[in-house]
Amino acid sequence: MTTIRATYLRMAPVSVPILAIVTALAVAAVAVLASGSDPLVAYGALIEGALGSPERIATTVGRATPFIGTALAMAFAYKAGLFNIGAEGQILAGALLAAWVGTWSFLQGWPGVVLIPVVLAAGTVGGFVWGLVPGVLKARTGAHEVITTIMMNFIMSLLAVWLVNSLDPIILRDPDVSVARTRPLPEAARLWELVPGTKLHLGLFIMLGLVAATAWVLDRTTFGFEVRAVGTNPESATYAGMNVNRITILAMALSGAMAGLAGAGHVSGAEGFLSPGVFVNVGFDAIAIALLARANPWGIVPAALLWGALLSGAPLMQQRAGMSTDLVRIIEATVLVFIAGDAMIRWLFRIRSNGEVSTA
Amino acid sequence: MTGAGRHVLEVEGITKTFPGVVANRSVSFDLAEGEIHCLLGENGAGKTTLMNIVFGLYRPDEGTVRVRGEEVSFSSSADAIAAGIGMVHQHFQLVPTLTVLENVVLGAETVRHGVLELASARRTLADLSDRYGLPVDPDALVGDLSVGIRQRVELLKALYRDADILILDEPTAVLTPGEVDEFLSTVRELVGMGKSIVFITHKLREVSQVADRITVLRNGEVVGRTTPAETSEEELAAMMVGRQVSFTVDVGTSDPGEVVLEVSGLVVDDNRGHAAVRDCSFAVRAGEIFGIAGVEGNGQRELVEALAGMRPVVAGDVRLRGRSLLGLDPRRIAELGVGHIPEDRTRHGLIGAFSVADNLVLNRYHRPPFARGLVRRRSEVTAHAEELVATFDIRTPGVDVPAAQLSGGNQQKVVVARELSRPLEVLLVAQPTRGLDVGSIEFIHRRLVEIRDRGTAVVLVSAELDEVLALADTVGVLYRGRIVASMPAAEADRHRVGLLMATGSEAA
Repeated sequence: MTTIRATYLRMAPVSVPILAIVTALAVAAVAVLASGSDPLVAYGALIEGALGSPERIATTVGRATPFIGTALAMAFAYKAGLFNIGAEGQILAGALLAAWVGTWSFLQGWPGVVLIPVVLAAGTVGGFVWGLVPGVLKARTGAHEVITTIMMNFIMSLLAVWLVNSLDPIILRDPDVSVARTRPLPEAARLWELVPGTKLHLGLFIMLGLVAATAWVLDRTTFGFEVRAVGTNPESATYAGMNVNRITILAMALSGAMAGLAGAGHVSGAEGFLSPGVFVNVGFDAIAIALLARANPWGIVPAALLWGALLSGAPLMQQRAGMSTDLVRIIEATVLVFIAGDAMIRWLFRIRSNGEVSTA
Repeated sequence: MTGAGRHVLEVEGITKTFPGVVANRSVSFDLAEGEIHCLLGENGAGKTTLMNIVFGLYRPDEGTVRVRGEEVSFSSSADAIAAGIGMVHQHFQLVPTLTVLENVVLGAETVRHGVLELASARRTLADLSDRYGLPVDPDALVGDLSVGIRQRVELLKALYRDADILILDEPTAVLTPGEVDEFLSTVRELVGMGKSIVFITHKLREVSQVADRITVLRNGEVVGRTTPAETSEEELAAMMVGRQVSFTVDVGTSDPGEVVLEVSGLVVDDNRGHAAVRDCSFAVRAGEIFGIAGVEGNGQRELVEALAGMRPVVAGDVRLRGRSLLGLDPRRIAELGVGHIPEDRTRHGLIGAFSVADNLVLNRYHRPPFARGLVRRRSEVTAHAEELVATFDIRTPGVDVPAAQLSGGNQQKVVVARELSRPLEVLLVAQPTRGLDVGSIEFIHRRLVEIRDRGTAVVLVSAELDEVLALADTVGVLYRGRIVASMPAAEADRHRVGLLMATGSEAA
């Protein structure tokens, strides 16, 4: 009996998020009922829409792919004690640079082994620069990164709209199509689709590689040690001889680079061009996903998949249960409330938290 | 014992467990009217837990509490206050941005027509101040007051609530030697006026000065009940620790060599940009402990941080074997052979969330053998940690547990082990034994003497005058940011140094 109980408590890092999701679905069912639909039908459709066929699963995973990069960016910065709200701008900076560089005329005709790395590198640089600026501002002037990254988001989203929409002069816009988007990347610069007809592409493995690399850097390298030290106790880090300012700047820039790489992957893999509105809310959902994963790099993968599933299942739910796709947002929000307030879940399911030990 | 007889507080068979820890095991304790009953024990012995139960902050698993013969079951401190119990916590519970008067009435305000009514409270406070000899300025902001005065405000807070049973938790931990003496006489006066006091401490000298009766706790159990007349400090220490301890480390004779560290005309600002260290000069020789005595807040922290490279130097020079350290960052200074045991181990010395092993390489994690290039070598870090845990007798369930889970003494041993496990020219030590128990203090003092004997120049800054006098070969007194006097240990007696600490000069 006690061992069962002990195992139950030891499973808390996994069981608490799962129980939070279940509880959130139960609570959101009230909203479904209130809107006059049957929760079982709605949830059944949601699950079927997300996972009902190989293609649907592929779509779900494809939608999750950019979330992995942006949530990882958020989590990495968080380990350094930084609250990077700027993944939204950084993913766009990366996507924009990738979409532009990929269409440079002198690059045309080169094979994929050259073009794909060039496009991905361009995206990484774009995100790096967009993260570097708030990092430098934080380290040199003390400007809070929450404020500066939000402002950087505005700058980038409006800059992207102008660069891509402008007809006079034409800057990045593809004049051959009626909608506002950049000119298409050459076929050779495209990441391969994994399941034809879905937006699941090789970028998934790039993102998984990034997760592995980030986890390894944080856990096994001196730089990762410095990042965690600065993030946990900057004063001890200074005492230990670490250059807190340098580490802050680098962590913020690398965080941006991760989001930028995600943006380049999306342009190269899913779309082949950039339309400026495609990443709306991706950066903000990243905050939620990183929170759900408790900033653990590997935890981000299932959390991002959950997000992808909710988004890709929503249309079928709307169709079957005759309700708004906005309900998915309510479910997401409810999940977050229970994750953020995990004390509620721990109380509800009698999972004691650690650190209750007191002496004196 | 005055008043002899009537028990105002009786605690019987109290057991309290926290997950994994038995804080109190069937503890019994009583307080007679008009006495000072000292509750003595090391950190973690369960003293504070026991009194938190009496004060209604915790509920006991077993046992009873009786106040003036009546069994009580407090569900919060409000109940305890209503029953006439007041507690002064080790960490003051004052709001620095409010005035003395506002702090005193906070939680017991008189409100008339929804408006705070302070006039009568002001009169009551003035009365109490007079009656108990605790002068305060009711309109001063608490944030501007010295620690000694803040403690007075805490006492007044309890008295304002008509407490006649006072629980004082480590009340002298933050006071200077002069303030301690004054405080102890205040406590005596309070008792003379009919208050009954539980005095929690781990300082033996205070116990013999002030106690009517003594109860000693160890590992959550009562291991002795005695009175100052029946016992000695040695015996009390042995009871507390569970073995014989020597108080005075045999410092032996030092054999100082050439000057290693030379500080001249140093000026350093505090966090608000005011000069905290002003024209400070001294020299420390190899194989010598240079003890810096001084009332806290006279520039000790800024001085040590500047020497370690953590705080910019405004003017003056610091030379290590003739080489200036100005402008070097903490890492460079450490690599030149300067070790630093910082004043605040949890804020600077350790990262509580990191493992003991990681903390033991906190400033060498990037160097071989602990890293190869950018990649850390965990097996080396673990092996290093296991070795230091053994040699420095760090009590920990393992080298992988977070440092925050260790007791204060063992946390400090982690810092000491890290700093002393490499060759050093200079060791900067600030308040090395603050908040530690007798056993750990003894251990750390031995290590400091040992490293001195290996030829390191040791700079020891301590608010405990006894510590400076016991260990230093040369005693310097820091007053308002300057070393106002420096003398061989043989010429430094408590009185002379105390006077210098208080006034900055010997002519008083």
